[in-house]
Amino acid sequence: MSQTPATTPLPECGQPPPTVTPDHERPEAERHWLVRPTTIRRLWWGSGIGLALLVLLDLTVHGHPHFGIDGTFGFYGWYGFISCVAMVLFAKGLGYALKRKDTYYDA
Amino acid sequence: MTPEVALPLPPALGLIALGLLLPLIPRPARPLWLVGGPALVLGWVWLIPEGSHLALPFLGHVLEPLRATDLTRVFATVFSLMALVGNLFALRQKSTWELAAANVYAGGAIGVTFAGDLISLFVFWEVMAVASATVIWSAARPAAYRAGLRYLQVHLLGGVILMAGIIGHIMDTGSIAFTAMQPETVATWLILIGVLINAGAPPLTAWLPDAYPEASFSGTVFLSAFTTKTAVYVLIAGFPGTQILIWVGMYMVFYGIIYALLENDMRRILAYSIINQVGFMVCGVGIGTEMALNGAASHAFTHIIYKALLLMSAGSVFYMTGRTKCTELGGLFRSMPLTCTAGIIGALAISSFPLTSGFISKSMIAQGAADQHMAWVWMGLEAASAGVFLHAGIKFPWFVFFQKDRGLRPKDPPLNMKVAMVIFSAFCLGLGLFPQPLYAILPFPVDYVPYTTAHVVKQLQLLLFAGLAFFVLLPLMKRTETLSLDWDWLYRRPGPWLAGRALALIGALYDSLTGAGRHLLARLFTTLERGHGPTGTLARTWRVGNAAVAVMVLLCLYLAIYYR
Repeated sequence: MSQTPATTPLPECGQPPPTVTPDHERPEAERHWLVRPTTIRRLWWGSGIGLALLVLLDLTVHGHPHFGIDGTFGFYGWYGFISCVAMVLFAKGLGYALKRKDTYYDA
Repeated sequence: MTPEVALPLPPALGLIALGLLLPLIPRPARPLWLVGGPALVLGWVWLIPEGSHLALPFLGHVLEPLRATDLTRVFATVFSLMALVGNLFALRQKSTWELAAANVYAGGAIGVTFAGDLISLFVFWEVMAVASATVIWSAARPAAYRAGLRYLQVHLLGGVILMAGIIGHIMDTGSIAFTAMQPETVATWLILIGVLINAGAPPLTAWLPDAYPEASFSGTVFLSAFTTKTAVYVLIAGFPGTQILIWVGMYMVFYGIIYALLENDMRRILAYSIINQVGFMVCGVGIGTEMALNGAASHAFTHIIYKALLLMSAGSVFYMTGRTKCTELGGLFRSMPLTCTAGIIGALAISSFPLTSGFISKSMIAQGAADQHMAWVWMGLEAASAGVFLHAGIKFPWFVFFQKDRGLRPKDPPLNMKVAMVIFSAFCLGLGLFPQPLYAILPFPVDYVPYTTAHVVKQLQLLLFAGLAFFVLLPLMKRTETLSLDWDWLYRRPGPWLAGRALALIGALYDSLTGAGRHLLARLFTTLERGHGPTGTLARTWRVGNAAVAVMVLLCLYLAIYYR
């Protein structure tokens, strides 16, 4: 996977974007706070707790299920998760058949 | 005829004139011209009361290019708004061609929404095709030129099919009026197919993600708004409740997601996502209840705004960095906070997050399916809603503004582009918080309350677990410098080869046929020459004796025949 194109044409604003040492090549203290490993760990924990609470809300909130299956516990959570996993895996499989180098049509 | 209008002309002509006259406007005055013009057109649209206000006799029919319906206003409003804010975003576009064409293009779209007859509709339809191809070509790169040609070919084909359908329909019914119809005759089927080609329906889906991302930083913003949504307008007005549209829409919804997941170019991801979103609307038209049609119309309205916002955010990144590939971008949230925030607001709106515009529009389509007890359609729409967050809602902001830092530190774009993004961000949040003004202009009375605790909780569960799936599967989402083959492969690879073969074959056949013909003619001429040529038997001079004998024979014959 290439990081930077060999020759970047000048952007339309007229000057190339300034560049600095990428964050991940710098010591942790110098990085943007949002991308430090400690922050990311906290984000994972926070999201995990948030998701769990959201599912537990199903115990108190009652919608009007139309089809039966949508009345099961945490339906929207597991259905959303499973359908996304299925779509990603399907796309991945289809990619093996359909992906070509992005210069494919230029030849 | 209905109430008087102050100016009995289609508002479309306003925008078309604005575009055509643009090259004559001195550059310092252009910002005023480009922003003030569409604002006037927006007001003009709102001053036209419902009804038909202009009748032009044409070949024994009557054209009605100024017919306003409740649906007209929804679409014409958002089209003029799009032209206004799009122009504001594009003020720094150096290509006068693009700006002129973009406004003619918007005018064409508004013209279609006001067309009360099929002929006016067709004329504005073709204005859009030519103007939008010009917008693509204005990017002035070889890739854009070729993509624009492919784009135009698909749309001219669609136009021919539509025209054939319209002529057939006029022959069948004797009327040119554009009213709701069912695909029951060949003619109405052709009309439906012609319209669906512009909607990005299968199998001709590829023109959109092929061509739109080749336009300039601002061109793609305009392109995202008009063609597909005009097609949605025609479907709502012309083919409500046509069952097959449910399945066409379903295909588009999942096609958009799967291809966007495979894509590396940020603007192409968003282009695939247009097909996904239009799929929801087409599906809503197929369901055809008042709830679903309201959903389709309102979703078109909100979609134009948040999709333009997303493409403005992507366009700003392109404008400032010259890059569009996810493999070359990342970490830009550090130096482009406003562009990043606008992108995230657009992403939340397209994902139908509560408090954004997508939440109050898209849910009406799924509700329409639930009300009709269409279990599979409903399951599909919900899965696709989760998929929207996956392929556009997280993927776009994540790969452009976060993921791996590339060390790029471009600033936010110039002021006019920032203001345009702020305005559309405000619309995304404003419509999400206060849906009533939009609900009030929908074609049917709205009996729907988007904000119930249950609905908000369900939607958050669906989306946040889709988000969890994204980050859990992140290793599988690693971007590669690839494209994904689509149906357009057929007309880009085997198509030209087959055409070349066919031409060679026809050429050879022609050569051998004309060769044989020439040979036959040559033989005929030789034979004639032998008899009649200067030295031929019949052309020789006769001796006097021979002539005397011939005359004598003739006289004897004469005598024998007439002797009594």
